[in-house]
Amino acid sequence: MAGESGSRTLISHAQLRRGRGRVVYWTLLSLVVVAFTLLFLGPLYWMVTGALKTGQEVAQTPPTWYPKHPDPASYVDAWQQLNLAKLLFNTFYYAFGAVLFQLVFDTAAAYALSKLRPVGGHVILGAMLATLMIPAMVLIVPQYVTVIDLPVLHLNLLDSPFAIWLPLVANAFTVFLLKRFFDAIPEELMAAAQVDGATPLRTLWSIILPMSRPILGVVSIFSVTAVWKDFLWPKLVMPSPETRTVSVGIYAFAGGTPQNVVIAAAVISAIPTVIIFLVFQRNIMSGLTTGSLKG
Amino acid sequence: MAIVTAPAPAPPRVPPPPRATRRGRKVRDNLTGHAFLIGAVLCFALFMWYPMIRGVVMSFQRTRRGQTTWVGWDNYSRIIADPSFWTAWRNTLLFTVVALVAGYVVPFLVAILLNEFRHAQGYLRALVYLPVMLPPASALFLFKFYAYDPSDAGLFNAVLSALHLPTSQWMQSPAMTIPAMVLASTWMNMGSAVLIYLAALQNIPGELYEAAELDGAGLWRRIIHVTIPQTRLILALLAMLQVVATMQLFIEPLILANGAGTQDSATSVAYLIYQHGFFQNDLNGAAALGVLMLVVLAGFSAVYVRLTARQD
Repeated sequence: MAGESGSRTLISHAQLRRGRGRVVYWTLLSLVVVAFTLLFLGPLYWMVTGALKTGQEVAQTPPTWYPKHPDPASYVDAWQQLNLAKLLFNTFYYAFGAVLFQLVFDTAAAYALSKLRPVGGHVILGAMLATLMIPAMVLIVPQYVTVIDLPVLHLNLLDSPFAIWLPLVANAFTVFLLKRFFDAIPEELMAAAQVDGATPLRTLWSIILPMSRPILGVVSIFSVTAVWKDFLWPKLVMPSPETRTVSVGIYAFAGGTPQNVVIAAAVISAIPTVIIFLVFQRNIMSGLTTGSLKG
Repeated sequence: MAIVTAPAPAPPRVPPPPRATRRGRKVRDNLTGHAFLIGAVLCFALFMWYPMIRGVVMSFQRTRRGQTTWVGWDNYSRIIADPSFWTAWRNTLLFTVVALVAGYVVPFLVAILLNEFRHAQGYLRALVYLPVMLPPASALFLFKFYAYDPSDAGLFNAVLSALHLPTSQWMQSPAMTIPAMVLASTWMNMGSAVLIYLAALQNIPGELYEAAELDGAGLWRRIIHVTIPQTRLILALLAMLQVVATMQLFIEPLILANGAGTQDSATSVAYLIYQHGFFQNDLNGAAALGVLMLVVLAGFSAVYVRLTARQD
C-alpha cells in the first residue's frame, strides 16, 4: 500500500474501498455528478432549448422541459436582425489582434526583464505589477479620456481596433507569467547562443520562443477569452453599430427584441468560447494553476 | 525538451575586448534591453500609469465648454450630495459581503469535496469551470429572462412551486435583488476559485493526513488542522482578489436590473461611475468616485495586510 500513500487525501483510499466507506463514496459521487450536471449544464440546456420554443410555449406555466415543436426561427431572426455575422467577425478580429499585440510586445518585454536585464528593469517590472492592484473600474474614466485624445499624438481612437488592442498589452499578469517561464530557461543556453554570435532577437526567436510554446498558448487563450468576455470597455470605445463586439451588440438590441431572439443570440455568442474551452481545457487548467501562487 | 544541435563549427576566437570598448558594449547591451521593453512600456504608460495620475487630477478639475478649471473638492462634495451615493455604497458593500460568503467559502468546500473523488473528477472540474468561459452578457440574459422571470413560467419559480415553496418576484423585489445578483455572479465566477483551490489541495502531502489520522483526528479536525493551514496562502490571496472583484459590481445591475433596479436596490458604485461619466456628462464627478473607490480598497488592503502579517 506504500505506493498509494503519496496521493492520499483527507480520507484514505482503503477506507473508501471497504464496506460502508464504499457505499458512502459512490452515493455521494453520484449525487454530486447529478447535482453539478443540473446546476452547471442545466441552465445551458435551458438556454439552448428555450430559444427553440415559440413565444407562447416560453410563457406557458408550468414550463415545458423540452420544446414541443422545435422552431429555429429565433436563431434565424437573431442571426439576421442583430447582424450577428458582422458582430462575430468584429469580435474575432479584435481577439486575433489582441493576441498578436500581446504576444509581440509582452514576450519582448518579459524576455528583456528576464534575460537581458537592462538598467532599471526592476523598477519597470515593479511599476507594471503595481497596476495589478488597481481595479479596472477605477481607471475606466481616465482611460476613456486618454483614448479619445491620445497624449502627444492627439489621436482619437474611438471605433479604432487599437483602442482594444493596445490597452490589452498593458497586462501585468501576462508579463509576469511569461517572465516566470523565461526565468526557468537555463542561462547556459543563452550563453551558448551568445558565443555562437546570435543577436538577442535571434536568441529569442530560435531558442526561447520554441521552448515556451505551452505558456504562449496559455497567454493566447486567456487573451482571446478576455476580449470575448469584456463588456464595458468595448461598449465605451466602440460606439458605432458597425464596430461593436457581439456582447455589446446583444445588449444594445435587447431592449426592443423578443426575449427568445435575445437568448438565441446569447447562445450563438457563447459558442466560440465554449469550443475554445472544450478544445483547450488542459491548457486553461494548467495556466490557471501556474498563475496562482505556488511557492 | 529536444534541442537538435547540428555539429557547430568551432566558435571563432574572440580576442578579449580592449578596455575602452567594454564600456561601449555595456551601453549597447542596455540599449538593446530597453528596445525590447519599449512597446510594452509605452502601452503601460499610456493606458495604466498616465490614466492613474490623470484620474486623480481630473477629480479636482471641472471641464465646461472646453474650459478646464481647478475646483478643489467640489466634485467630491457634489457626488456625495447625490442621493444615490450612499445607497450605491450600501448595496456594493452588502453585495461584497454576501458574495464573499457565497463565492469564497462555497468554492473551497466544493474543491475539498471534488479532491476526494477518484472518479469523474475531470468531468466535474470542467462543469464548474464552464460558466467562467461564457460571455457575462450572455449568461446574465439567461438569468434575467428565464431564471428570474417573476411569473410562474420562470425556471426558478417553476422549481420552487414544484417543491411547494413560495415563489419570488426576483429582480422585481428590492429584497431579492442583491441575493439574486450574488447567485448569478457566483454561478458565473466560482469555477476559477475552485480550480485554484484544487491545485492547492493537490499539493498537500498525504503524510500529513496520515499522521493526523494516527493521532486520532477525525474528518473535521483533519480539515481544521491540516487542510486549512496548508492552503493558507491561497486562501488569503483569493479573499483579497474576491473583494476587489466584487466591489466592482457593474454588469449584474446593468443587465439584470436595467441599471438601478427596483427602488434603487441594485445601484452600485461602479454603476454610478458609469452613470456620471457617460450619461450625465460629468466625467470629473465620475473620476472623483473612482478615486474614492480606490481609497476604500487601498484602506481595505492595508487592514488586510496587517491582519495577515500578524498571523505569521
